[in-house]
Amino acid sequence: MSITTFVIISIIKSVAVVGILLTAVAYSVWLERKVSARIQNRWGPTRVGPFGLLQPLADGVKFIFKEDLTQPHVYKPLYIAAPIIAVVFAITSISVIPFGTWVNVGHWGTYLQITDLNIGLLVVLGITSMGVYGVALAGWSSNSKYSLLGGLRASAQMISYEVSLGLSLVGVVIMAGSLSLRDIVDAQGGVFWHFIPRWNIFHGQTLAFFIYMISAYAETNRTPFDLPEAESELVAGYHTEYSAMKFAMFFMAEYANMVTVACLATLLFLGGWHGPIFGPPILQAVMPVFWFCLKVFFFMFLYVWVRWTLPRFRYDQLMAFGWKFLLPLAIANIVVTALAVALRAQYPGTF
Amino acid sequence: MVPLSYYLVLSGILFVCGVLGFLIKRNIITIFMSIELMLNGVNLSFVAFAAHWHALSGQVFVFFVMVVAAAEAAVGLAIIIAVYRTRETLNVDQVNLLKL
Amino acid sequence: MLHLILFLFFGAICVAGAVNLLVQSHPINSALSLVVVMASLAAEYLLLGAEFVAAVQVIVYAGAIMVLFLITIMLLNAGKEERTKGSRVATLLGVPGVTIGAVLVAWTLLGRSSTTRSVSIGALWGAPKDIARLLFHDFLLPFEITSVLILIAIMGAVVLASKPEAVARGPRKDA
Repeated sequence: MSITTFVIISIIKSVAVVGILLTAVAYSVWLERKVSARIQNRWGPTRVGPFGLLQPLADGVKFIFKEDLTQPHVYKPLYIAAPIIAVVFAITSISVIPFGTWVNVGHWGTYLQITDLNIGLLVVLGITSMGVYGVALAGWSSNSKYSLLGGLRASAQMISYEVSLGLSLVGVVIMAGSLSLRDIVDAQGGVFWHFIPRWNIFHGQTLAFFIYMISAYAETNRTPFDLPEAESELVAGYHTEYSAMKFAMFFMAEYANMVTVACLATLLFLGGWHGPIFGPPILQAVMPVFWFCLKVFFFMFLYVWVRWTLPRFRYDQLMAFGWKFLLPLAIANIVVTALAVALRAQYPGTF
Repeated sequence: MVPLSYYLVLSGILFVCGVLGFLIKRNIITIFMSIELMLNGVNLSFVAFAAHWHALSGQVFVFFVMVVAAAEAAVGLAIIIAVYRTRETLNVDQVNLLKL
Repeated sequence: MLHLILFLFFGAICVAGAVNLLVQSHPINSALSLVVVMASLAAEYLLLGAEFVAAVQVIVYAGAIMVLFLITIMLLNAGKEERTKGSRVATLLGVPGVTIGAVLVAWTLLGRSSTTRSVSIGALWGAPKDIARLLFHDFLLPFEITSVLILIAIMGAVVLASKPEAVARGPRKDA
């Protein structure tokens, strides 16, 4: 493949993936409003388009045309930079996520992924850990007490839960023996006893999966860990002073992070694009992507479902839960997994 | 191809900036950041030498430096918080007495 | 050639960030310029083929240590620093002295410049597996000692940062 083709294919892939991600973000807002409405026995958005399907468009137009207030007491450079930081890092982390297997278009072939790195998992973790700056700086530069408290809470919460999030993934990495997301998915192919898929969640990493999900909910500041923006005590937390498009950027960052978390959960624990494949060749080519999207959709639905079911934690409960419960559990999971893998290497065939 | 000395000069510049910050800054947190900058400068020369001699030990040393930096940041920032609690200032010139 | 351009580009960002750290008078701006230095250093590590170090640099330094600094600055509401007599003396003596030293070192190094063994862009040789083998075999004892160091640091941080009354009173009975 010549360098020009490579560049062209990369640009096409990047634009397509970012476009799909932003559409997914818009429609997860719609999903959230619709599902929350049904949970509370309401209708949700119905006016714009069939089933309110054009609601995200209307929301976007509203965000663009609203007045963009900048209060006189804010520290301007960081106040403007914060939402940009948040949304840029949220979108960047999708760049190493694989969506499916090799596809051929004409005589060119490519993986369904912007780029495959052999430290892909670490890259995702690194980029998401940079996202905390957006929240912290928004809280500080707004120069108001609610924002400051929200920003402080958010940054403390995010770096605390990042520890157990990272440690819960170590078990998966040990099993696959690689940090590349594609290798991790490939290691999960096949079935046990002819019907249970060899996904990590059924393959000794069940505990890690739950630790990951809980920490990820805290990382993305979602209920029951949405203390940074607890509206009953902090107005809106770190984005209290933001309006119009700057607020929308935080909103997009939150939902883009949710999509990334859902993708990562799918890849690491639910076997990525593995699933039953049948039918004519054209269907077989599309099936892996379909299974991947279905699993991601399941996680997005779970996010919404949990949000409208559980109440919020208290702050000391949150910290105690993270440090005294999740962290030891994650470390125990690593020890047990490492022991099992070592024993299997020593006595093959017994496990 | 980049000569090794370029990397070393860059690492030296970073280290010197750290030393300068340590000397001229009066905010205790910024002084602390200057120390981190010095550690980063040293890390760069470790990795550059690792690439030069094709020996991975240089990279492993960087991990140890990072661990020390993390431990130092945790303890140091805790000390800063304790100092601020008793003196209510972050200026090092006003933290020059052993007794309150 | 591309390698040199990239090196110079990220090196320039690095130096600009480091100088900005010195020039800025508000600690939060200094902290952010340090984050920029660390991120561009990660890019330099990638140029040197050390991908794992680069990832860890971003996760640990930029993602954890600097956030800790940021939280402290926000928590203590640190304001602009004031100039004192001591800082003027340090500036007058320190800047020329340190600059002379730096120029001397740079001159010596550039005088005997040798090239690094070529690491072409995209060819990464510091694979996580090899680093792990080194870390858990050859450097096992230092590794264990650093883990003890970390443990002590955690305990020290908790004791130092907790309120003095809380330490004197001992563990809470109702907890």
